[in-house]
Amino acid sequence: MKTIYTVLIYFLFTSLICAQERYLTKNGSITFFSSTPIEDIKADNNQVLSIIDASSGKMAISILMKSFMFKKALMQEHFNENYVESDKYPKATFKGRILDFDTIELTKSKAKVTGTLTIHGISKEITIEANFAKSKEAINVDGEFIVNLADFNIKIPAVVSKNIQENIKVSFKFNHKPYKK
Amino acid sequence: MKKLTFTLLLSFLTIFTYSQDDLLDVLDEETPKDGKEDIVTSTFKGTRILNGHSIENRKDKELEFIISHRFGRINSGFKELFGLDETNVRFSLEYGLNDNLTIGIGRSSFEKTFDSFLKYSLVKQKRGDKPFPFAISLFGSVAAKTKDEPFGIKERSFVENLSYVGQVLIARKVSSEFSYQLTPTYVHRNTVRQTDDPNGIFALGVGTRFKLSKRVSLNGEYFLAFNESTSINARNSLAFGVDIETGGHVFQLILSNAITMIEKSFITETTGNFFGGDIHFGFNISRTF
Repeated sequence: MKTIYTVLIYFLFTSLICAQERYLTKNGSITFFSSTPIEDIKADNNQVLSIIDASSGKMAISILMKSFMFKKALMQEHFNENYVESDKYPKATFKGRILDFDTIELTKSKAKVTGTLTIHGISKEITIEANFAKSKEAINVDGEFIVNLADFNIKIPAVVSKNIQENIKVSFKFNHKPYKK
Repeated sequence: MKKLTFTLLLSFLTIFTYSQDDLLDVLDEETPKDGKEDIVTSTFKGTRILNGHSIENRKDKELEFIISHRFGRINSGFKELFGLDETNVRFSLEYGLNDNLTIGIGRSSFEKTFDSFLKYSLVKQKRGDKPFPFAISLFGSVAAKTKDEPFGIKERSFVENLSYVGQVLIARKVSSEFSYQLTPTYVHRNTVRQTDDPNGIFALGVGTRFKLSKRVSLNGEYFLAFNESTSINARNSLAFGVDIETGGHVFQLILSNAITMIEKSFITETTGNFFGGDIHFGFNISRTF
């Protein structure tokens, strides 16, 4: 009987720790924007998954490429079919950690995030600055950074090179809530 | 002792599973599985495989302008500049009433023919949890020939000059490189040249595309007619071509034994022998707004 109690308490204890440690969102948003004199291209994805492990400051993001919504359906089709090849590479991911996570305060404060960004099957180490706000109930992150398409082997054909920027501005916003399994 | 060992083993096990628990794996687990259906897109690049329609539709409120040309026969020699002196041109406007229903009107210079069509995407090919192996679309068109009959032949009324086409388009994208389509077709002509020519013609179309690169594909298309007009010694239509895609445009370069670009004509009125050199060079250019 005693064994069972020990085991049960143990389970309770570990699951409790887990629950308090991790913060998750399933509807984080990522927007990218390319602007040229000929054409503005904008796409939104409001189904981005992001998780933060508050004990270690580790962070992971998973982005389903087909969930990017464009204004023009044909653009969306070309984005998936010709540029990011969503059938071959359905997801873009980020895996890394937040530097000096413990110093982040309740109000907005800046912190650096460093890790591996994988798009179109190609991984690249990046370090960016993001805005953080942390409390017991939530961790909110937002910011923006630049993605160079050539870095991820996403080619722009010469005929439309005037329509698409080589460097794409990506902005993100994640409101993480405590994650219970 | 036994108890202690058990507890230790348990804690070891949990720590082990915990350390294996990568954050990205957690996200994979948490990805909503039920929500979206994984619909297969871009089975073909354009709304035409070559001469005939593909299952691709124009999307909601998109307008596509297509200019198509077919020149004369390549084997007509230098005097005709290998067919380039003769040309059949078709202009068309095609509009997506919604994502699944496209309406189109066109006009071909060949026999001064007007045509209109509706194409409806009935079923989509799907992957994922609820897969479905094929995409099925329905196609219907009416064409009106408005060219006057040659001298001495009785003028036909408007209704007599009408033809109708019904098709079921069944396509499958096998891989991102290879797609094929089967197209059972029925063509009805209100008037035929000679009374022993059939008014109704059944045919089966086969179309394929191989992608050579992300923006270039090689297409082939064949329509096998089960009964044909004997008065003109009609042949099955065969076409090969290349799709080149650039942003909002699709260019199609085509070699075909048919000079016409609408179903009722190239399926039932083609007379050229492809392998005898009766080949028409042509192209389709589309621009989507």
